[in-house]
Amino acid sequence: MNTDYLPILVQFLIAGGFAAVTLLISVVLGKTAQQRSEVKDQAYECGMLPIGETQPRFSVKFYLVAMLFVIFDIEVVFLYPWAVSFQEFVRDGVWVAFYSMLGFVGILFLAYLYALKKGALRWSD
Amino acid sequence: MLEFFSQLTGLIEPTIKIVGLVFLVILPMVAYSVYAERRFSAILQDRVGPNRVGIPFTKVSLAGLGQPMADGLKFILKEDFTPDHVRKVYYWLAPALTMVPALLTCAVLPFGGYLKLPFVDDPFKLVIADLDVGILFVFAIASLGVYGIVLAGWASNSKYPFLGGVRSSSQMISYEISLGLSVIPILMIYGDLNLSNIVQQQHEQGWALLPITLDGFKPVVSMRDLLLLIPLFISFIIFVTSLFAETNRLPFDLPECETELVAGYHTEYSSMKFALFFLGEYAAMIIGSGFAVTLFLGGWSLPFGWGTNGEDSLFWGLVNVGTFFTKVIAFILFFIWVRWSIPRFRYDQLMRLGWVFFFEIALVNILLTAAILMLFRQG
Repeated sequence: MNTDYLPILVQFLIAGGFAAVTLLISVVLGKTAQQRSEVKDQAYECGMLPIGETQPRFSVKFYLVAMLFVIFDIEVVFLYPWAVSFQEFVRDGVWVAFYSMLGFVGILFLAYLYALKKGALRWSD
Repeated sequence: MLEFFSQLTGLIEPTIKIVGLVFLVILPMVAYSVYAERRFSAILQDRVGPNRVGIPFTKVSLAGLGQPMADGLKFILKEDFTPDHVRKVYYWLAPALTMVPALLTCAVLPFGGYLKLPFVDDPFKLVIADLDVGILFVFAIASLGVYGIVLAGWASNSKYPFLGGVRSSSQMISYEISLGLSVIPILMIYGDLNLSNIVQQQHEQGWALLPITLDGFKPVVSMRDLLLLIPLFISFIIFVTSLFAETNRLPFDLPECETELVAGYHTEYSSMKFALFFLGEYAAMIIGSGFAVTLFLGGWSLPFGWGTNGEDSLFWGLVNVGTFFTKVIAFILFFIWVRWSIPRFRYDQLMRLGWVFFFEIALVNILLTAAILMLFRQG
């Protein structure tokens, strides 16, 4: 059993406990200001009567951003082990380590340029 | 069985550190950075700010230092109201989901070197969990914070919170990429993911952004370190800006943008549930400042390699803790200063900055660092 991670578990329990306790305290001690009514239960929209759907349609761009995020975040994750062991490559003078990463990043950069040209990241129209 | 108990006693030390750091340092810092924010903004806008609340039932006002306590008490005593139209379970879960990841990330933050207590043989390492994958842990947990906000926006079942939640999720994931890329030059230079080791190296060789050590009174600095300042400085700017975006602070506070979305994702929240969002946001800001300080500004170490890491003297151990929190507080004041000086970005500008400028610059920056490291090999 890896004991390095036990403090994390304790931290999680303490943080979660803190959140739960504060939420409960407010239930116990909070005073009711006024009886429930239809108006009080309404969604807040600057005092206007809510119109339309509560969950309106939104731009497809948000989905595109989410998909592109997955691709490029994985690229970032792949860069991490390379970066951590880079000092060893430097010590041994392995230029291949440099060029191969240049190739990997280059291929993904082409994909990025394609997304850019297609306007996937353009929000201003 | 015996092994189990010995492991349990091993938990006492981290528990003390956690309780000390979270309840005696971070939460009071959250409360007082809200106070500092209100006073600071008042100064910048030529107002007075909260200066009345002091010790109750007396006329002592202490320049309003009692304000955070009064605010906290008020949050507790407010009506705990769950509107009828919300999705109840997720509505309750969301504030906790914002708060917990923010507090969890501070587990790997080294807030000092060592603390050598008198009459105790082994010095204590001043970090809650000394993980070898420190930075990865931070990114893994910090990105969970998005769920809290998205869930809050969706569970509220109302127009403006929903838009705030969608905006926020896409903003936070976009800037996570540039945040991740901006840290890579640091990893390449120090060759380690363990934050304690990174700070220890900065303690010995000078900070990442101040790579000078003193030999007597003669400054020692190498050509390689001077050249590395260029990519490191670019990294630092990208990191800090992305940090503003990740913590939803102005100039990137589009998720809660009052002028368009009422209050964004927490419009339908009140009392302690609202306070938890607030706490989570400020805790993320404080811990984020802690990471910026740890990675770029030498963490707990004094500049020019002064002092020791506190392994053999209590004095230097305490000085290091003091140094760390001084830097963090200075960074928080910088956060507040920026918030009240720079107007809000438009959404298309925000996305353009993250995806077009920062992404490209960060990639080029990594290659620049690699080239410098390869060309100026030591030894």
